[in-house]
Amino acid sequence: MNDLSVHFDGVSKRYPHFSLEDIHLELPAGSIMGFIGANGAGKSTTIRILMGLVHQDEGSVMVLGHPMPLDQAAAKLDIGFVSEDMRLYGQATLSWHMDFMRPIYPRWDQAYGEALARRFDLRPQQKIKGLSHGQRVKAALLLALARRPRLLVLDEPTTGLDPVARVEVLNELMAVLADEDRTILFSSHNTLDVEQISDQITFIDRGRIIDSDDKEVFLDRWRRLRLVLPPDGVVPRLPGIIEVGGSSRLPVLTTNRFEPAMVSVCNDLGATVQAVDTMTLEEIFVANVHSRRERLTA
Amino acid sequence: MYTQYIDMHSHIVISQSDGRPMYQQIMEQVKQRVAVGEWAPGDEIPSIRQLAIALRVSVITIKRAYLELEREGVILTQQGKGSIVAPNTGLSPQLYHEELTERLEEVARLGNLLGLSGEEIARRTREAANRLIDARLTKEIV
Repeated sequence: MNDLSVHFDGVSKRYPHFSLEDIHLELPAGSIMGFIGANGAGKSTTIRILMGLVHQDEGSVMVLGHPMPLDQAAAKLDIGFVSEDMRLYGQATLSWHMDFMRPIYPRWDQAYGEALARRFDLRPQQKIKGLSHGQRVKAALLLALARRPRLLVLDEPTTGLDPVARVEVLNELMAVLADEDRTILFSSHNTLDVEQISDQITFIDRGRIIDSDDKEVFLDRWRRLRLVLPPDGVVPRLPGIIEVGGSSRLPVLTTNRFEPAMVSVCNDLGATVQAVDTMTLEEIFVANVHSRRERLTA
Repeated sequence: MYTQYIDMHSHIVISQSDGRPMYQQIMEQVKQRVAVGEWAPGDEIPSIRQLAIALRVSVITIKRAYLELEREGVILTQQGKGSIVAPNTGLSPQLYHEELTERLEEVARLGNLLGLSGEEIARRTREAANRLIDARLTKEIV
């Protein structure tokens, strides 16, 4: 598990209106990383650099032991990539695409591809142009999965899918992980999907990585404390306070360094802790982005 | 090879609207399984990865649940050998029955406070049980 499937070190890329700055990313083999960011945060640019489709200005990128973009041809044999703007041939059928891929990829697994078609409720004889958006996404995913790549890179795989299709896709992603050497990186703005299946989570905003850690660490450390202060009471100074909201007598503190001992510290300082709320990944992400942006403008 | 785990442990139910962290939901249901004897002392339990795939929950979440269960003495994990139910977990259906009795007494006390008859309290209890079963069924269909 100590092998890194993906390693970004100090990667930057500058465009006239957007820049990706000093990106560090480490993705151990055998795990799933959810890559979360608002629209335009830099998710797709990062993924394109990972795939060698865009060349970084600075920094090193290693994917499955291959330096990128130098060694991209070798790396790509082992990477399955699905993005929203992926084009399949509209005039051709799904089974034509499968036949097309088979000789290119030595590990192509025809039986698995056919099983996926059934599970995804796709008809191999149907032309791509007749498929709905969700069916196209599933078709692209099938073509990537049946290659049995060591690294799956999925740019917004669940966007635009109906709930049933989303569950089918997430199930197949989890099934991939049965093999401990296989790794998945997927970007999403659907934090519920990410929260459920990811081991590692990375938040990106405005071209910078703002936080990256084990999912359990995120969910453990972020809490919202609802306090009741006596008249003239002051908000206790606690570690890791990201946000102070609520009213003066009833403040609501958001911390990213929660410890159970905080509750007694508050009580000792005369503030009654009314509730300690856990936060969803979405709330953590939004609080994280807000505090970061405020610090930048302050 | 990709379907064999999917339904094996699906009687563990994870709810995203539960409010508690997923690892705690898993811990509670494993303990229940042990308490009622479905998983007996010494029984091998699913590996972290197997359970993650079956429940469509990340490996790290299951790892967390297993670590805490080990700390509480419910399971034993041997490096490279997987996990088993601990020989002496201290969990028994008896404890759950005692807790149920306690809660029922609380229900009776509250019912009394509201001036409800024994018949009425029983009816409300039955309704609550039915709601729970309905909710479970809906979840299974989804």
